[in-house]
Amino acid sequence: MNYLYYPGCSSSSTGRPYEESLLEVFKKLDVPVSELEDWNCCGATAYMAISELKAFALCARNFALAERQSESTGATDMMVPCAACYLGLNKAQRYLHDHAEIREKVKDALDAAGLEYQGRVRVRHPLDIIVNDIGIDRVTSLVSRPLEGYRVACYYGCQIIRPYADFDDQHNPTSMERIIKALGAEVVDWPLKTRCCGGSLTGTAQDLGLRLSKMLLDEASRRGCNVVATACPLCQFNLECYQPQISRRFGKTVDVPVAFFTQLMGMAFGLGRRELGLQRLFVPLRDPSREKVAAGGSHVTK
Amino acid sequence: MDEWRGWPKIQFESEMDPSFADEIASIPGGDKLFSCIQCGTCSGMCPLSPCMDYTPRQIIAMIRAGSRGKVLASRTTWLCASCYACSVECPKEIKITDIMYAAKRLAIREGAYPRHFGIPILANEFFKAVEKYGRSTESWLTVWLFLKSDPIQFFKFAGLGARLFLKGRIGAKRDSVKRRGELRSVLKVLEKEHMIKSKRELASAGKEVV
Repeated sequence: MNYLYYPGCSSSSTGRPYEESLLEVFKKLDVPVSELEDWNCCGATAYMAISELKAFALCARNFALAERQSESTGATDMMVPCAACYLGLNKAQRYLHDHAEIREKVKDALDAAGLEYQGRVRVRHPLDIIVNDIGIDRVTSLVSRPLEGYRVACYYGCQIIRPYADFDDQHNPTSMERIIKALGAEVVDWPLKTRCCGGSLTGTAQDLGLRLSKMLLDEASRRGCNVVATACPLCQFNLECYQPQISRRFGKTVDVPVAFFTQLMGMAFGLGRRELGLQRLFVPLRDPSREKVAAGGSHVTK
Repeated sequence: MDEWRGWPKIQFESEMDPSFADEIASIPGGDKLFSCIQCGTCSGMCPLSPCMDYTPRQIIAMIRAGSRGKVLASRTTWLCASCYACSVECPKEIKITDIMYAAKRLAIREGAYPRHFGIPILANEFFKAVEKYGRSTESWLTVWLFLKSDPIQFFKFAGLGARLFLKGRIGAKRDSVKRRGELRSVLKVLEKEHMIKSKRELASAGKEVV
């Protein structure tokens, strides 16, 4: 079992702790991962708004490169941690598969650069790979420092499970909860786990973006969580890095640690702070066992 | 005259563009647009509909009525953050998010998008950067966004930028693919291709176009 790895543009900037922790966790799980050579941007939402066909062609170049690379590694499953990349690549796969007209046009475009894609690549999210390929048992067996006292609100955001993912339920996904429970933490049941965080609106229409992020943080803390786990670099950035702005804008201090689920996995596996990029978080992850715990919400499930 | 005492401007049938719905519906799977029952589930699911000038349900109705100018100039399509909540819940399986994208692309192509509005500016800058370098660099993207939309914002965000820099989560280095020529030749082929059919293409396919 080995995988191709598609980092996505944010892996080298705001999503850096995500990449660091993800790769460390996979090393610990003993699953080989090889980065896709010379990958390009997936197009994300912005590219789709200008030219959809070009966005598909961008994705198709990645698939073509992946197929070429798979000849030496044998891996056709491409691990895509970023939610926007995951959706963009998955969408391209669907459209290339379902619509012959688009397939032909994209094929011509690839031909012009001497590339070819035969449709063998599968786009997978790390949540999917960990739960369905590696298995929760394997995760449990590696836990050396259970996350006792952590009450985690799992936040999936929109684009991982909607509209194309087939590995989890679109209304009430549970894969992240299963992983977090295996780490020895408690899981907070909350209804907003697939609600939009505002995406890039925090930069373009800040008033609206901040409001969406605030609703999520409010609800999560009202339900008694002491850390929000995310699986998308933009969600993590919005929910964490804008907390000072949210506090100022809405006149109420927000102070909730927001971590990538892979960082929590790494902590439970006993990996070091720097290996997991924990020093890059704005709101430090506090060890709940050393803190006086305020009375939790009534929605905490064991 | 029309906005007399706060009355909304009434659009008469003669001002409508009857082929607009066909244009939008020409995207793959777009003909479901015509099965909309105006139930409003999309507007209910949309986390942003309270801030939109027209709700998603209204946009669908306006597209079908042919209110071309208003739809293309609206902020609604740009505020759509592509969370796909509407598309998943729609009882008629209308791909509302993709319809929003189609309207965005038409607005860009015809220059009808709202000016001095950050979201289309971001999309344009992102597009240009990826076209040139094959990857997007978040630091440069935000710098261009603020300079072109609202330079004052640049100073508001300076503190956040500095913190990100200190945490090693942002840098000035341009990210780029190695084989830029290869990527460019892929994209060049599709330079003039659009998924939305133009009025001329629709007319030749036998659709009634006014």
